[in-house]
Amino acid sequence: MGRYVVRRLLQMIPVFIGSTFLIFSMMYALPGDPVRALMGDQSFDPERLASIRAELGLDKPLLLQYASYLGNLLQGDFGTEIVSGRPVADIIAAAFPVTIQLTIFAFTFTVLVGVGLGVVAGLRPNSIRDRGLLTLTLVLISMPSFVLGFLMQYLFAFQFELTTATVPEDPAITDMMLPAIVLGSLSLAYVARLTRTSMAENLRADYMRTAVAKGLPRRRIVGVHLMRNSMIPVVTFLGTDIGTLMTGAIVTEGIFNVKGVGGAIYEALFRREGATVVGIASLIILVYLLTSLLVDLLYAVLDPRIRYA
Amino acid sequence: MRGAKSAKWVTGAIIVALAATACGGSDGGTKKDSKAAGKPEGYVSIDVGEPQNPLIPADTNESNGGYAIRALFTQLLTFDDKGEIVLTNAESVETKDSKLWTVKLKDGWKFHNGEAVTAKSYVDAWNWYANAKNKQKNAYWFSDIKGYDDLNPEKGEPKAQAMSGLKVLDDSSFTIELKTKVPYFNYKLGYTTFAPLPKVFYDDPKAFGLKPVGNGPYQFEKWDRKKLIQMKAFDDYKGPNRALNKGLQFKSYTTVEAAYKDLLSGNLDIVKTVGPTDLPKYKQDLGEGALEVSFAGVQSLVPAWYSDTFKDIDPKVVQGLSMAIDRDTITKTVLNNTRTPAKGFTPPQVKGFQELGEITEYNPAKAKQLITEGGGVPGNKFTIQYNSDGGHKEWVTAVCESIRNATGVDCVGDPKPDFPTDLEARDANQVKGMYRGGWIADYPVNVNFLKELYHSKAESNSGRFSDKEIDELMAKGDNANSIEESVKAYQEVEKKLAQKMPAIPLWYYRTNAGHGKAVTNVTVDFHGEIVLNAVTPK
Repeated sequence: MGRYVVRRLLQMIPVFIGSTFLIFSMMYALPGDPVRALMGDQSFDPERLASIRAELGLDKPLLLQYASYLGNLLQGDFGTEIVSGRPVADIIAAAFPVTIQLTIFAFTFTVLVGVGLGVVAGLRPNSIRDRGLLTLTLVLISMPSFVLGFLMQYLFAFQFELTTATVPEDPAITDMMLPAIVLGSLSLAYVARLTRTSMAENLRADYMRTAVAKGLPRRRIVGVHLMRNSMIPVVTFLGTDIGTLMTGAIVTEGIFNVKGVGGAIYEALFRREGATVVGIASLIILVYLLTSLLVDLLYAVLDPRIRYA
Repeated sequence: MRGAKSAKWVTGAIIVALAATACGGSDGGTKKDSKAAGKPEGYVSIDVGEPQNPLIPADTNESNGGYAIRALFTQLLTFDDKGEIVLTNAESVETKDSKLWTVKLKDGWKFHNGEAVTAKSYVDAWNWYANAKNKQKNAYWFSDIKGYDDLNPEKGEPKAQAMSGLKVLDDSSFTIELKTKVPYFNYKLGYTTFAPLPKVFYDDPKAFGLKPVGNGPYQFEKWDRKKLIQMKAFDDYKGPNRALNKGLQFKSYTTVEAAYKDLLSGNLDIVKTVGPTDLPKYKQDLGEGALEVSFAGVQSLVPAWYSDTFKDIDPKVVQGLSMAIDRDTITKTVLNNTRTPAKGFTPPQVKGFQELGEITEYNPAKAKQLITEGGGVPGNKFTIQYNSDGGHKEWVTAVCESIRNATGVDCVGDPKPDFPTDLEARDANQVKGMYRGGWIADYPVNVNFLKELYHSKAESNSGRFSDKEIDELMAKGDNANSIEESVKAYQEVEKKLAQKMPAIPLWYYRTNAGHGKAVTNVTVDFHGEIVLNAVTPK
C-alpha cells in the first residue's frame, strides 16, 4: 500500500508538468494582448507597451517563458499579475479559502442528503417514495443553476428575509449556506440516483440472500453489507465532483457575490493574465490528482478484494 | 422490517437536522446585523469594483480607479455638469497667447498628511508622471508641454530629469510653457492625471499606490483587496466640491446583477450601472432612485479605410449607410433606452456641439439614392466587428437589419470573443469592414472627439482615416488664439467631416444608475460618472 501511494505520487509530477504546459501554451496561443488591453479605447504610447512587455518577459518565445515560469513556481513564486502588479500568490490566497469553505459545505450537503435520499429510495425500488425521489432529482438535474440560484435568493432573502441577498465582504460561515446548497444540488441529484440504483441492484445480490439466511439483523445487512458494496460508484463520482464544485461555481459565485476561484479564473482568463490562470489551474489539477488517489485508496477500503501492491 | 424503519428514521433525522441548521444557521446573518457591522454612520456605499492597479493618478485610465482618484485627489480645476470650468485647487489659470500658461494656487490647501500643496507639488509630480522610466500609462497627456520629448523620447532613455516648460515662480504659482499653441489646454488640466503629489510619494511610489495620500475631498482609510475601499471625508478640504457625506465605501461585486440585488435589499446605496437583465424593470423597482442621464460619449461605426471594402469608397456611400440606420427605434427597443440617438460626431455636453442634420437622420429613400450615386458597396456586403462579451451583438444585428431593409446592402456582424482580441485586430489593421468604436470625453471640448479620432496621426484613429484637408483644418484650430476661435475652427472640421464620413456616429451613451432610499442628491457628471461628494445621506 505504501509503495503504491509513493508510486502514484511520483506519477503526479509528469502529469502536473504536462498539464501546466498545456494550459500555459493555450494561454500563449489565445489572441488578445493583455498589455495592449491596459490602454482600452484611449490613446497611448506604443513605446510604453513595449517596455512593459519586455519587463514582464512577454516578448520572449513560449518555451523560454514557460521554463522561467516553472523555475519560479518551484521556488514557490507564482508570478505577478500584469494589470494590478499584485503577486498571484496573494490572489490565490484570497480566493481559495472562500472556495474551499463553499466546497466543503456543498460537498457535505451533497453527501449527507444525496446518500440519505438514495438509501431511502433504493431500499424500496419502485415504491412511491422512490418515484418521488426520481421526480425530484429530475427537476434538479434539468433546472439550470442560475434559475435555482435566483429562486432561492428571491425566496430566502426577499420573501422570508432569512439571509442577505448576497454574501457580505467578510462572510460568516452561515452566509455560505445558501450558495452551497445551490451549488451542491446538481451533484446531489446525481449522488441520490447513483446510490438508489446501486442499492436497488445489490438488494438482489447473492451475498444479501446469504446474509439474510444467516439471520443477521436488518440494520447490519443494510448498513454494512449493502451500503459498503453500493458505495463504490458513488465514491468515484464524489471524487471527481470535488474538482467540479471548486471550479464550476462561476454562476453561483456570480449570483451570490462570492469571491472565489471560479470568478478569479474567469476574470484572469478574460484579461489574459497567463500567470494567474496557470497558477490557479495548476492548484486545481493538484486537487484533482489528490482526490483521485484518495478515491482509489477508498476502493480498497470498501471492497477488500481490491488490493494495491 | 424493524431495521428498514430505523434506517428510514436515521436518514430522516439527518435531513431534518441539516435543514434545521441550514435555516437556523443562516438566521444568524440577517441583514440588519451585517448592515450595522459593515458601514459607519453617514457613509455612502457604491458598487465601484477593484481598481486595475495601484492608485497613482497618471497610471489610472479605467472607471473604477478613476472613481478612487477623483475622490482622493483634486486637480487645478474640474467641470460642472454643463461642461464649464470650475476652479478647484487653482485660484486662476491664465494665458495671453495660448502657449504660456500661468497657474496660481489657492492658499492654505493641504494634503491629507498635513503637507502644504505648493507649486512644487504639481511640477514635481508632473515631471515624475511624464518620465519614461516610470512607465505611467497617461504619460502622453503631458506631451503638449515643452521638454516632454527629452523626458520621454521616442526611443531610449530620458535625457532630462524635468520638463523645461514647467517653472516654479513661488510657492503658490508656476508657469507652463507649451510646445505650440493649445488654446484649450486649460480644459485638459481637468483630467485626473494632472493631480499633485506629496513628498512621501517619492519614497516608495508602489506602496503609496496602495495607501494614497492626496489633496482631494476624501481621505484614504482602507483597501481590502477585491472587496472594499473605504475613505472618510477630509475635514480640512477647501474646494467647492466638499464632501456632503461622512465618507465613501467602494464595494466590489462579481456581477452587476448581484450589486442590484444588494441595492434592493438595502445593503448598498448606489449602483453605477444597472445590468441588462434589470433594465426593463429598474424604474418600477427604484422609483425616484432610477437615473437615466445622457453623457459625453459617442458610439460609432468606423470603416477601416485600408480594407478591401472601404479602400476607395465614395463618402456618399457611407453617408447613405448612416441614413439607413433607424437610430430612434433601435435605441428605444433593442437598447432599452440606454443610448440617445447621435446628431453629430460630438455629444451635446461638449463645447462646440452642433447638429449635423440629415446625415444622422433615418431616410431610407435618400440612403438608397446616395449609395447608388456613390457606386455602391463593393460586393454589396460589409462586416461590423465587435467584441461579443460587451452586449453589442443585439444592436449590431439590429443596425444590420435596418441597413439591409432600407438599402438592400448586406451587413453581417464579425464577433471577436472579447475586448483584447477586438483591440488586437484593430491595432494590426485586420478589420475587414467596419468596427464598433467608442469614445468618452476626457475633457468637454469638441476637439477631444475630433482630433483624437480622425487626425491622420492620432493613436486612436484605428480606422486609419487620413485626409490632408482635415489635418490642415485641425492645425488651424490648434493655432487659434482663444478657445472660442479654436472651438469654432473645429466646428468647421466637423462640418467637413460630415462630407468625408470617417465614421458613422450612432448614439450617445447614457448612464443607467440607481440609488436607494437612504441617500439623495445623486447626480451624474459630463462623462457619465456619479458625483459622489454631492451625495447626501438622509
